[in-house]
Amino acid sequence: MSVCGRNSRALPWALVTPALVWTLLFFVLPFIAMGLSSLTAHEGGGFTLANYSQFFTDPSYWWAMVNSLEVTAIVTVISILLAYPFAWILAEMVPERRQRLALMLAVLPFWTSYVVRSYSWLLVLAQNGVINRTLTGIGLIGEPLQLANTRFATVTGFVHFFVMLLTLTIFANLKQLSPSYRKAAADLGAGPVRTFLHVVLPLTLPGIMVGAFLTFVLCIGDYITPQILGGNNELVMPQLVMMQIGRRGDFPLASALSIILMAVVTIAYLACARWLKIERA
Amino acid sequence: MRAAVRLAAWVYAIAVYGFIFLPVVVLVLFSLQATSFPIPPFTGPSLRWYQAVLSDARLTSALVNSLLVAVLSSLASIALGFLSAWGFARFVLPGSALLRGLITLPLTVSYLIIGMGLLVLFNWAGVPKSLLAAGIGHVVINLPLCFAIIYSQMGDHQINIERAARDLGAAEWKVLLMITVPVMAPAIFAGFFLSMTFSWDEFVISFLLTRFETTLPVEIWNLLRSGLNPKTNAVGSLVFAVSIVLVVFFELTLLRRKPA
Repeated sequence: MSVCGRNSRALPWALVTPALVWTLLFFVLPFIAMGLSSLTAHEGGGFTLANYSQFFTDPSYWWAMVNSLEVTAIVTVISILLAYPFAWILAEMVPERRQRLALMLAVLPFWTSYVVRSYSWLLVLAQNGVINRTLTGIGLIGEPLQLANTRFATVTGFVHFFVMLLTLTIFANLKQLSPSYRKAAADLGAGPVRTFLHVVLPLTLPGIMVGAFLTFVLCIGDYITPQILGGNNELVMPQLVMMQIGRRGDFPLASALSIILMAVVTIAYLACARWLKIERA
Repeated sequence: MRAAVRLAAWVYAIAVYGFIFLPVVVLVLFSLQATSFPIPPFTGPSLRWYQAVLSDARLTSALVNSLLVAVLSSLASIALGFLSAWGFARFVLPGSALLRGLITLPLTVSYLIIGMGLLVLFNWAGVPKSLLAAGIGHVVINLPLCFAIIYSQMGDHQINIERAARDLGAAEWKVLLMITVPVMAPAIFAGFFLSMTFSWDEFVISFLLTRFETTLPVEIWNLLRSGLNPKTNAVGSLVFAVSIVLVVFFELTLLRRKPA
């Protein structure tokens, strides 16, 4: 049975039990508690489906989900479009011995605290921030632009984060690509553009999909960036969840909204996984 | 034509670098502002806001809390992660794949939902909000990470060394302490440092699960209520500096250790 013979009935279980118990106690059990909570009435505590039906009938809740999905889709597409050429330049045009440094620099702001990074964008985008002061200073605009507290600000903050993340993953992808594919394409007479479109791009597509999925999951579940940069104009789902807890102490509704959010991520995962398999076949 | 494409590529790369660095440069520059607003024109350099941060008892105690939570929760994560990875890699256990899946499951759930779940559970069980509660949450998010890193690094090579030690008569605990831990040291350190950085930067779980005593990201969040403030810039720049030191340390100690 066991790989190493002796004294091995109790030992393996003694090793794995603490981690399993921890996960059951502080991950599975909270999840069950959240599920039960989502089915109880905030006032009185009896069984109800009202927390879920509220989401589907109240348009302001429904719109938060639409906003979440829109912002996430916009962020994912822009981030990939910006990061892919950037990663390609780092992988193909920067000399080999400088690549490590170039990549480290490209993700350096990753190491600022997440809250601080969103705040920094506020400094740049505020009414009297760097961009507005610069533009009015050189006389390009008369009145400062409304940049902060908009969807534009939320998207900018997100894109900043995900361009760094995707540059890392796409760079790794491009470096794993064997140069012989490109040589073969060139030998067969393909120019650089055709080689890229028909060889490099399709081969890096699964990696892009993984990056896109990561972006989707992290973006749709994030509270900090929309709250700091987007303000309260166009709420997204995590803001709505936090609002139920913060302002009203309504745990059942917050639980129901969290579960709905998680269900959407799960559906996206299933859709994505299937799509990936088709691509590989 | 080729030269033009090359030029365009470099311009593009520099523009993206500019975009990536813009907020960080603005953050650090205006942390040195002499006047009370972190907006142009630049009036520094002055260290007045760094002084303000270091003499702010709330911020310094939050910093100590953050370090404490990060170190202790990472130690717990790495201990649980290491033992379970060792157990699953060395022994054939019934339902192994399923149980391993269970341990790594929290990786797929967003921090907000993990925090929400713990909040509902603790609220229901009457556990008060505290740093301990936040630390428990941090172990939930970091344990699967430590487990995955260490489990993926436990190969046949290590099994053979352990088997040799056992054949020479070493007891199981001796094998663990004198063979497995030293051999796995790089993966253990990697898991520990990654946990440290995630816990150090984690906001939403700490925000939900702490009240009076809290961690640095939550305290910075509270500072944001006062709007744009050079003090926030200063504390943000300090956090950035600490992270950079951690990353450089990580680079120098771990990545250089790999056999050439």
